[in-house]
Amino acid sequence: MERIVLPEIENLHNIDVYIANNGFAAARKALLMSPDDIIDVVKKSGLRGRGGAAFSTGLKWSFMPKSTDKPKYLCINGDESEPGSFKDRQIFEFNPHQLIEGIIITCYAIQAKSAYLYIRGEYHKWVNLMETALETAYARGFVGEEMKKTFNTDFSCNIYIHKGAGAYICGEESSLMNSIEGKRGYPRVKPPFPAQNGLWGNPTTINNVETITNIPPIINKGWEWFSAIGEPKHPGTILFGVSGHVNKPGVYELPSGTLLTDVIYNYAGGVPGNKKIKCVIPGGSSMPPLRGDQLEGIKMDAESLRAAGSAIGTGGIMVMDEDTDLVKVLARIAKFYYHESCGQCTPCREGTGWMLKLLNRIVNGEGSQRDIDLLLSVANNIEGNTVCALGEAAAWPVKFMLMRFRDEFEARVSPHINLEPKNKVHSMRHTVNPIDKVEI
Amino acid sequence: MEFVFSEENLRKIENILKKYPVKKAAVMPVLYVAQEQNGWISTEVMREVARILEIPEEDVLGVATFYTMYHKKPAGKYHLQVCTNVSCMLRGGYAVYDAVKNKYGLKNGSVTDDGKYSLEEVECMGSCGTAPMIAINEDYFENLTPEQALAIIESMK
Repeated sequence: MERIVLPEIENLHNIDVYIANNGFAAARKALLMSPDDIIDVVKKSGLRGRGGAAFSTGLKWSFMPKSTDKPKYLCINGDESEPGSFKDRQIFEFNPHQLIEGIIITCYAIQAKSAYLYIRGEYHKWVNLMETALETAYARGFVGEEMKKTFNTDFSCNIYIHKGAGAYICGEESSLMNSIEGKRGYPRVKPPFPAQNGLWGNPTTINNVETITNIPPIINKGWEWFSAIGEPKHPGTILFGVSGHVNKPGVYELPSGTLLTDVIYNYAGGVPGNKKIKCVIPGGSSMPPLRGDQLEGIKMDAESLRAAGSAIGTGGIMVMDEDTDLVKVLARIAKFYYHESCGQCTPCREGTGWMLKLLNRIVNGEGSQRDIDLLLSVANNIEGNTVCALGEAAAWPVKFMLMRFRDEFEARVSPHINLEPKNKVHSMRHTVNPIDKVEI
Repeated sequence: MEFVFSEENLRKIENILKKYPVKKAAVMPVLYVAQEQNGWISTEVMREVARILEIPEEDVLGVATFYTMYHKKPAGKYHLQVCTNVSCMLRGGYAVYDAVKNKYGLKNGSVTDDGKYSLEEVECMGSCGTAPMIAINEDYFENLTPEQALAIIESMK
C-alpha cells in the first residue's frame, strides 16, 4: 500500500534525502504551469480538506479573487488541538519538506506572497523541527527571494511560522487569523469569507497541514492517480490517529474508505484483553460517538461516516472498551469544551458550563432524571446559535452520547432525587443539590 | 518591578517584527520572549510589550489573558503539565495526575513552597497515541506509568 503523506523513507526530514527522493520536483513542475491549471488539477484530483470539514481544496482555492491589488495570504493550520488528533506532528517531524513544497505550490496557485504556518504552542519540539527545516529550505534557495533563481521563475514567496499559545479555538480558521493578527482568538462572523476578507482584510486561504502535504504528489503523479486511491468521493489516503483502548495506538496512513473495524483490529492491534468495544469516536472528540454494535461495515470517509451518523473530522479514532464509564468520558469531554469556549457567544460560554455541571452532578450520583432532559435542552440551545462551530462541537458529543447510550445515563440518575424547584421563580438555585455547588 | 528586555531579546524582537506587516501581530511571539526572560507575564511586562509594539496596554492584557500558555503568575521552575483528556484518561492519565498531585501536595495551578514545581491539568497535548503523558516545561514525556512520571520529575534538579 502506497503512503503519500508519510512515506516509509528513512531520514526523510533531511533535505538531501528529500531531494534524492524527487523532492521539489513538483514545485519545479508547478511553477511552469499556470496557477489556474494547478487549481484545476487539484480540483479534479478530488482532494478534500483534512482538517475536519472535508471541503474540496481546489474549490476553496478557486474562491480567491483573481483581479485584486491587495496582497494575498495563505495560512496553514497546524493548531491540531482536537482531542484524539495527533497527525500533523508526524508531518512536522518526519516529512517537513513535503509540507514546505506543498506550501510553495499552493502559494503560487493562489498567488500569495506570504504564508503563515500556525503551529500550536505546546508543540515546542515540533515548532523547532519545522523552523530548522524551513531555515534549511531557505538556505538551499527553495523559499524566499532565492527561489526565483532556483526554479528559474519570477514568482517568490515567504513562509513564516506563528506559534499558538494554548487555545483550542485557534484551530477555527477565522480565529486562527485573529491570532496571527495579534488579537484574542475570537472567531469572526461569516460572511465575509476569508477568500474576500481574511488576514488584515486581505484575500486569504486556510488549509490544513495534511491537506497541503498531499499537494506535491498530486502535481507529480497527476490527478488521475490520486483520484483512483480509496473512495472516489473522498480520494487519497487519510492519517488515522488511533488512541484509547487499542493494543497499538498510533497514526496509520490508510486509503480513505478503509473499514473502521479494519483500522482498529488489523492495524491498531485490537482491544487489550480481547474486550468488546462499547463506543468509538471516529473523528476527534467533537464528532458524534458511535455504539459498538454500529461499527460493522462503516467505511472511513466523509460520506460513509455521515451516513452512519457521525463525521470524519480529523480522523482521530478514540476506542473505548466495554468497561469504560461513558458518563465520566462525557463529563471530561464537556470539561474540555467548557475550558476552551472562547466566551464570545453566550449560548456556548454559558451552555458549556451548564453541561459540565450537570454531568458532574450525574457522575457524583446526585443527578435526577430531569438532568438528562435538561442536558439535551442545553445542547440543543447551543447548536446553531454560535458564531463558530465550537458550539456544535460541544453540543454533538452530549446529544449523540445521550441518544446512543441513554441507558448508561439513566442507570446513574436516581428517581428519588427530586430536583423540583421549591420556588418556581428562582428555579434551579433552590433545589436539593444546588448546581452551583458542583465543583468544576 | 521594572521590566526591560535584554539586548539579545531586543534583537530577537527586531527579527520577529520582520515576519509581519504590522507591529501588533508580533504581540504573541514577543510575549513568549518576555516570558522566557521574566518567567511570567507581569503587568510591567505587558506595559513594556505595549510600549515596544506601540499598541494599547489593554490589547496586550487581552492577549496575555486569553491564551493559557502565558503565565499570569510565577510558575515553578519545573512546570508540570499532565493531560487528562479522553485519550489519556482511557490509558491512565488521571492516575498520573493524581500521583503528581499527591506526591507534591499540589492542586491545579498551584506551586510548591520552594518554587520548584507547579502543576497544571492540561487539555489534549496531541500525545493521544503515546498516552498518558506529562510535559515538563517544553519537553514531552510519553507512555508513562505513574511511577515513571514521578521518577522523571524527581530527576529534575
